[in-house]
Amino acid sequence: MGVITISLLTMGGIGLLFAIILLLAYKKLAVEEDPRIKEIEALLPGANCGACGYPGCAAYAEAIVLEGVPFNKCAPGGAEVVEKIAKVLGVEGVEVGERKVAQVMCQGTDEAALDRAIYHGINSCRAAHFTLGGDKECYWGCLGFGDCVLACPFDAIHMTDKGIPLVDRDKCTGCGLCVEACPRDIIELVPISQKVFVLCKNEDRGANARKYCDYACIACRLCVRNAPQGSMEMKNNLAIILDHKQVDGEAEKVIAKCPTKSILKLVDDEGEFHLPPALEGAKIVPTLKR
Amino acid sequence: MNNIWLILIATILVNNFVFSYFLGICPFLGVSGKASSAIGMGFAATFVMTMTAFVTWLINRYILIPYNLEFLETVSFILVIASLVQFVEMFLKKVIPSLYKALGIFLPLITTNCIVLGLALLGSMRNYNLLENVVFGFGAGIGFTLALTIMAGIREEIEFADVPEPLKGGGITLIIAGLLALAFMGFSGMLGGG
Repeated sequence: MGVITISLLTMGGIGLLFAIILLLAYKKLAVEEDPRIKEIEALLPGANCGACGYPGCAAYAEAIVLEGVPFNKCAPGGAEVVEKIAKVLGVEGVEVGERKVAQVMCQGTDEAALDRAIYHGINSCRAAHFTLGGDKECYWGCLGFGDCVLACPFDAIHMTDKGIPLVDRDKCTGCGLCVEACPRDIIELVPISQKVFVLCKNEDRGANARKYCDYACIACRLCVRNAPQGSMEMKNNLAIILDHKQVDGEAEKVIAKCPTKSILKLVDDEGEFHLPPALEGAKIVPTLKR
Repeated sequence: MNNIWLILIATILVNNFVFSYFLGICPFLGVSGKASSAIGMGFAATFVMTMTAFVTWLINRYILIPYNLEFLETVSFILVIASLVQFVEMFLKKVIPSLYKALGIFLPLITTNCIVLGLALLGSMRNYNLLENVVFGFGAGIGFTLALTIMAGIREEIEFADVPEPLKGGGITLIIAGLLALAFMGFSGMLGGG
């Protein structure tokens, strides 16, 4: 017998022996689990994104059955999965929140926003942000290294050649991983029906902001003044939408006067998403895995 | 008998697997947040390591060496370890579910952990007899538990300390690990130049 035969037999034999031992142990030590756990786990999307607040789909399924936590927390699964889980649990009439998608709240493209330095460090937004706030003049703007792109397990956010990422609203599940990945908190989860957005996070004084970014909110208050009472406010030199339904209702009036096009109606009345002017004609470029 | 004590003391203190061989660093940093789960993890690892030392010695002595198959050492040891961890996992799930839950992902991680494989390979290198090898495995496990428990104790206290912002979390943990390793260096030479 050659060495190869002996090795094969030995390893095969050892493997078989342990397989039998494990099989016996599996039979003897089987734990009776609620079968619904496995059922619900199979219904969940299996992305293990963690949007529900549990380490993975399996852990969430267990929590649903054993601890009775609400089962409408799965963002990627959405209404469909919630209904199916409800069926497994025998519960009816569960409210499902509106689908949410990620939105990048910055238009500071390479053309529109000025740089104040040349950055040669680690190719990551987080690293750049911690290196004296990165290379952009705007301390709140998108750094464009694509941490969010790499964080997305659904291939739903891509970098564009203009240096600002773009969310694919069809693929986005609203899990919020990109929101966490962004060191500058530029990405927000928004209801899919929301039409008007303030695409700026700049809290600098308007006179300064306008110097380094074409699309910065300069805190002129024109949108706030034209919006329904109490639906918008000006906070830290930045317009903020408090009640998007009211603002959407008066969309044209609210956005009309904006001198920097930082407040925009991105979703039209038919629910179609349009690119903001800064990203018009943008092409998707690959973000290299680091 | 003297020899056995020597091996035990040596593996626990002098050649502590974590602090002097730097094996098993992943669970050492991962599970040392809370003393209770650290002790649980330590004993689960000790159990796996003792069993591993026992089974790998048998396989090595009665299967691999007689057939000149020493080159299969690593592969077959991995197989043994993987099966053992599976077994321990089932056992814990049935008998001590709370410990099973507390260990979580770290139990399967023992499978792929260098500390167990390192123990099996080091043991076979040293030509121990069966009893010595088992004691070696047990001592390594206890040493690992000791390291984990000391670390967990310190980390629980560190929670209340005013740690500089950039060092919070991982940073201070690694510094503590380094200081502990330095402290354990003091044991070297304890057993006649060991």
